[in-house]
Amino acid sequence: MQIPPELTAQIDEAISHYPVSKRSASLPLLHLFQEHFGYISEEAIRWIAEKLELQPIAILELVTFYPMFRRKPPGKIHIRVCKTLSCALAGAEQLKADLCKATGIPCDGHGGCHGGHGDPVTVSPDGKFSIESVECLASCGSGPVLMINDDFHEAVTAEEIPQLLSQYK
Amino acid sequence: MSNEATTPKPVELVNVQIDGVWHQFPKGTRIIEACSQAGKFIPRYCYHPKLSSPGNCRMCMVELGMPKMTPDRKPELGPDGKPLHNWIPRPQISCAQDVSEGLGVRTASPMVEEARKGVLEFLLINHPLDCPICDQAGECRLQEFSYDYGQAKTRFLEEKVKKPKRVEIGPRITLDDERCILCTRCIRFMREVAKDDVIGIVERGSYNSIACHPDRKLDSNYSLNTVDLCPVGALTSTDFRFKMRVWFLKETKSICTSCATGCNTVIGARENIVYRQTPRENNDVNQAWMCDYGRLNFHALHSPERLLSPVVNGKEQPDWKAALASAAAALKAFAPEQIAVITSGKMTNEELFLAAQLAKTLGVSKHDIVPHADAGDDILLSTDRNPNTAGAKLLGLSASTPGANLPAIAEGVRNGAIKALVVLGEDATEAGLTAADLAKLTVLVTTAILPNATTAAASHLLPSAGFAEKRGSMINKNGRLQRLNRAIQSPGLARDDWEILVGLIEAVTDSSLGFAAIEDVVKAMTAATPALAGLSLSKIGDLGVQLEPISAR
Amino acid sequence: MPAPARRIPHPREKRVVFANVDREGYTPDIACYLRHGGYEDLKKAVTMAPADIVNEVKASALRGRGGAGFPCGVKWGFIRPGETKPVYLICNADESEPGTFKDRYIIHQDPHQLIEGMIISAFALNVHLAYLYIRGEFPLGAKILEKAIAEAKANGFLGKNILGTGFDLEIYVHRGAGAYICGEETGLIESLEGKRAYPRIKPPYFPAVLGLYQCPTIVNNVETLCHVKHIVRMGGAEFAKIGTPNNTGTRIVGVSGDVVRPGYFEIEVGSMTLGELINDLCGGVKPGRKLKAIIPGGSSAKVFRADERFTIKVKGADGALVEKEIGVLDIPMDFDTMAACGSMAGSGGVIVMDDSRDMVECLNNLNHFYAHESCGQCTPCREGSLWMKKITDRMLAGGGVESDPATLASVSNNIAGKTICAFGEACSWPVMSFVAKFPEEFAARAKKQVPPPTPPEFLSEALTGGGH
Repeated sequence: MQIPPELTAQIDEAISHYPVSKRSASLPLLHLFQEHFGYISEEAIRWIAEKLELQPIAILELVTFYPMFRRKPPGKIHIRVCKTLSCALAGAEQLKADLCKATGIPCDGHGGCHGGHGDPVTVSPDGKFSIESVECLASCGSGPVLMINDDFHEAVTAEEIPQLLSQYK
Repeated sequence: MSNEATTPKPVELVNVQIDGVWHQFPKGTRIIEACSQAGKFIPRYCYHPKLSSPGNCRMCMVELGMPKMTPDRKPELGPDGKPLHNWIPRPQISCAQDVSEGLGVRTASPMVEEARKGVLEFLLINHPLDCPICDQAGECRLQEFSYDYGQAKTRFLEEKVKKPKRVEIGPRITLDDERCILCTRCIRFMREVAKDDVIGIVERGSYNSIACHPDRKLDSNYSLNTVDLCPVGALTSTDFRFKMRVWFLKETKSICTSCATGCNTVIGARENIVYRQTPRENNDVNQAWMCDYGRLNFHALHSPERLLSPVVNGKEQPDWKAALASAAAALKAFAPEQIAVITSGKMTNEELFLAAQLAKTLGVSKHDIVPHADAGDDILLSTDRNPNTAGAKLLGLSASTPGANLPAIAEGVRNGAIKALVVLGEDATEAGLTAADLAKLTVLVTTAILPNATTAAASHLLPSAGFAEKRGSMINKNGRLQRLNRAIQSPGLARDDWEILVGLIEAVTDSSLGFAAIEDVVKAMTAATPALAGLSLSKIGDLGVQLEPISAR
Repeated sequence: MPAPARRIPHPREKRVVFANVDREGYTPDIACYLRHGGYEDLKKAVTMAPADIVNEVKASALRGRGGAGFPCGVKWGFIRPGETKPVYLICNADESEPGTFKDRYIIHQDPHQLIEGMIISAFALNVHLAYLYIRGEFPLGAKILEKAIAEAKANGFLGKNILGTGFDLEIYVHRGAGAYICGEETGLIESLEGKRAYPRIKPPYFPAVLGLYQCPTIVNNVETLCHVKHIVRMGGAEFAKIGTPNNTGTRIVGVSGDVVRPGYFEIEVGSMTLGELINDLCGGVKPGRKLKAIIPGGSSAKVFRADERFTIKVKGADGALVEKEIGVLDIPMDFDTMAACGSMAGSGGVIVMDDSRDMVECLNNLNHFYAHESCGQCTPCREGSLWMKKITDRMLAGGGVESDPATLASVSNNIAGKTICAFGEACSWPVMSFVAKFPEEFAARAKKQVPPPTPPEFLSEALTGGGH
């Protein structure tokens, strides 16, 4: 695991935001690692714990609690589909099935394609895409909603999928 | 300092109504403790008086009522002159709040009973219900409270959550996550007491599981306290697992003899076998904890190497009287300055008192104990691994710096000035002597429970009793006099040390001391020792007696 | 990323907090904000005594917009004057209550309004270190806020010696990571301390006494903090004239689900009924459909059935309270009447379901949400939320048994009121209300009359390879 100087600078900046307790920088550091490496590796957990002078379990507790943190690499293009009530009423389940089809990700037909608790991300065979069913993305008035990487896409229809995916390379 | 500051403030008492009856409790008493004191035990899982209160199990819920106030903010009084209550419409936990003036508590109302039944059902739906093969059975709080609040039939038709089982979470602990009710007592103990924040919870919601990071095991020297704290069978002692059902264990209150702290213990034994040792609460000594090292030291008692019969000049001598007579005769053959006595800080006061009598009888002036020091910690484990150094000093058998006389004794053996050596409960090779030195001795009388270099060289080997096989007293590093109790009988012909020493003195003097029981030894010792005046084993009691500090005398 | 379509405010809206949201040509940078009168209210606030600002907020009767509706001034009043420990302010931007969507628009389109509200609040409470806890799924929002904070600092509104007053304040953005429970203020505090977001027991851990780092802490919702700025501008008494007594100000409501025109609206509290909101502002249910159910205040609020009737007390002509019978659509959009009708205004998220919806399926969706989001700290919620989910899963799979509705009702009852935090109510109220109000649908599923769903490989779509 190589930590480039710009990441080191970001880490130090993040820690400086918490003058009372370094432990508070746990989530910010996990975000920085996930942004940089795509996921939280075992090595990252050890590194962060050491940096913040914590037991590694203190970081493992967070990685397994906060759903956004992944312990495996996602696809290059990571798609989060909201499945909570308002989006479900707007057709989220079908949208997800359509996305699975468009990306070559196997779908289990029950609106889910995830590998069970704690491993909700499924990656396409070519590694290009990954899909994750997530709970409410707080854009209920414009469902169904999805996020592609860091971008929100609202009221997405099946017809828009090819054009939508083509924006990301 | 002014007088005011040194006079202890009187404890403020508050009036609390529990199930209709008014009581008084000191301010600062937890509601759950107040209820216990009033004879109303509140079931609980996560609450432990020695740990912080997370309030997570929700078993200890009660109804709470705040005093009703009149418009001018005075308590509204009922016909009995006591405050009336505004009852909070929802049940409240009793583990995290202290009593307050005029508080009302209902511990068994329909609302309370319903809440507890609900919580207990929740705790059981994902529990494996494997009591027939669970070590906790018999001392499991889930079992106990199910008896009071459980239902005979389940309405849970779903599949249970699967979690890790038989996890070696530490070298001495096995974890079954499916049995765990996530009370976090173990986590809080490791964080707050053992200062080793090594256990945590991974996953989320119903999948929450206790775990360690793969890099770190639960390997603290205090790890086994988590087994005691675990209210269910999630954390079990790998040493004790599957060995014995707890309800068969005969429990004996005693103390740990592995260091100078003297943690209070309960020895669990059945049919002359000790199966486990657990800490016993004593706020002046060990709170409710003990270290793993001390806890597991009992295994030596059941070593296949145990010495079972007296041996005289290399031959078994099952006749104790003959063995003691031979030893006495051998010792008497030497002038007092040709004899030295090495005793042990592991011996009881009574044994040390008799050892001093023996030395006096033989006229011996060269004696000391063998110091045993090792790394200690800030929690319980003392660097002094002798449990009774203070007793040895008090009874005059230890040099003021324990072991200071040993080099002179070793030199005497080496240069031939000392021809006879008595070694009680120690291995002389740990006292500065070598096996070759021991070979020079004409007489070597020793007591021991296990073979060592000294027993190998002994002319007279007298097998004695282990700590769980005898009664007596010891003084810990803080000057607290505490007592050992017998949980099991010694194996074979091995004999209680005080009886060996009495026999030896009587053989040397050819007269009777008139000691029929250990109490007689105690009587003689306390009469001869001003610091112990008026004490007896029964007066020491289960929690011991604080002696005046030596410096104050 | 395509810019979201701008919404033209409905004539019946009263835009205060959302004044700049959807404004033509409005940009989130400080120059634009300053052109529109930005930071003038801060300049006014720093000339006031902090205690006077607190008093104005008290006079405004502003109620927290996060969901519980607790009076903001009362909350602020818990900070003791002359407090010696540091006091912290946290903005709760962990917007995650299903059906609620307002914070992202403020953050994306008018971030300085929030920053100004926070600076004024910090000044009033003598706070020198504040955190803005934003949900992890708003990465762009976090960047926008960080930029806004830097701009505010560069302009002397933040940092050392703000506006020459000697008052210092730092605000840092802290990103959550997808856990709904961080919206609970003590869970949020634990999360900000770098721990699992386990809500704390109250007593003793009231945030205003033992909050962040065991110091007094005020946690306020985004919308609430924005309102503070407007209270300083208008004065508390003037603010209190908006809305109805005890239900003052404007609030942003979001409507989602089966309506023609879902979206967000800022309305005067109590100025319209639920029916007016749904029919007039949102265009009613879709053509050919009938209204079936409404969740009025975020997914945790108890559901209303379209034909429910309530008896409420209203002021008669002579000022005395008289009883009046009303229907669901007649309920005014305020805190108190919504509560009197057995539900809550909550976070302002209205979810509408029409007659095409299966209520067991809808509840099952919410059960999945709550089972996923339970932190698992305390027993009833940890075990009960997953149990309820498993029951409705089984009912939908055709395995319902007669006792299921009663079991659901009983399990939810064993959770509500017995947990560490309000999540217990949040996960059990939907179950209680769905089962009680749509008994026929639950009974139908419970009697195994519903055939099991067609396995996916036999769906016509799978067989023909066609879309939907």
